[in-house]
Amino acid sequence: METLQFRFGQGSRPLAGNAQLVGVVGSGNLEVLIEAVPLDGACEIEVHTAAVGFGATWGAVMEDFHARWSLADARISINDNGATPAVVSLRLDQAVESLISPAAPSTGGTP
Amino acid sequence: MSSYLELTARQRIPAMFDAGSFEEFLPPSARVASPHLAELDSPVSFDDGVVVGRGLLGGHTVFGAAQEGAFMGGAVGEVHGAKLAGMLRRAIDERAHAVLLLLESGGVRLHEANAGLIAVSEVMRAMLDVRAAGIPVVAVVGGANGCFGGMGIAARCANTVIMSEEGRLAMSGPEVIETANGVEEFDSRDRALVWRTTGGKHRYLMGDCQLLVADDTAAFRAAALDAIADLVQGEVGLTLEGLLAEQDMLARRLQDADGASEPMELWRRLGVSDPAGVPMLEADAFLALAARHRAGLQPAASGTGER
Repeated sequence: METLQFRFGQGSRPLAGNAQLVGVVGSGNLEVLIEAVPLDGACEIEVHTAAVGFGATWGAVMEDFHARWSLADARISINDNGATPAVVSLRLDQAVESLISPAAPSTGGTP
Repeated sequence: MSSYLELTARQRIPAMFDAGSFEEFLPPSARVASPHLAELDSPVSFDDGVVVGRGLLGGHTVFGAAQEGAFMGGAVGEVHGAKLAGMLRRAIDERAHAVLLLLESGGVRLHEANAGLIAVSEVMRAMLDVRAAGIPVVAVVGGANGCFGGMGIAARCANTVIMSEEGRLAMSGPEVIETANGVEEFDSRDRALVWRTTGGKHRYLMGDCQLLVADDTAAFRAAALDAIADLVQGEVGLTLEGLLAEQDMLARRLQDADGASEPMELWRRLGVSDPAGVPMLEADAFLALAARHRAGLQPAASGTGER
């Protein structure tokens, strides 16, 4: 297992609502827990991954994610079991959408 | 029709309980994950593969759980099992109307060895305590991973088991039997054989499950509502009389199965004239056929869990 941490400051889009969990820690899959937490405008991401040695790839996926959403005061926690970068990006977007539009049908339930 | 099989545990909860009513205990944000998996350098899950809590079902307060089959096959580790047992004990304390368990599990999580085994036994004990407190327990088995090992036994500690044809319920899983006794005994790659032996239709014909529905979330919910409405009318705890009747049923089954090596032979002995056609029947047609041939159709003894 490898733990990776990312922090992006000065986000522009705050979250609202209860913590949400999307995805499942199945083979080639991951779970994303997203929470609105006061972080001085930052978005913090912690990844626990079974695939060791892919830090640069995770970094690129997270840069893209931050460019798409620019989240503020958001904590994202990931348990990964070997998901591909495309799956990670989709799950991250799903997690954000579950908090940004509470009217949309939730696939993550209310943790 | 909306498939129950395809849903995750977290999607099944809102599909089964009244909309927006479910309150989760120890949600993922509490981060109560398995300490054992972390020790083994394996991925953990923030909910350890199970959702537990309390919601409304048909307006009544019903406690419930949903196991996530995609995380380690729904296997029960120490935290997973403690969440189930704790929810069951709280259901007694808070005088729940009923308990609804959405089971999908390969049984004990072998990584956690004795801690997992003890956890499963605590779940069984807690289920029987819930029943002894006069609260009905209903188990639903309709996930892709089925319900095996210790959780297969736990399912049968419920008053009522609801299955779909796709659901599977047994003790040892197909691969386990093949590994232990050889491919001549059981070919785990023969999917038709696997479903004939462990699937919902066989369980329903043998009397191990009390309600069979199509793989549809609305059908499962309706069956759960019906089962609870029926159960609250009567005795739901174990009784000596009920256990003796169950023992007689099992002895009879052993006798009736003598020499048979294939479920279709058992169905034929139950009077089904075309056993090879059974797997192809839709749920409604199957139920019509089963109504004439199900095992153990003698009047249910109060408190056996059979209805």
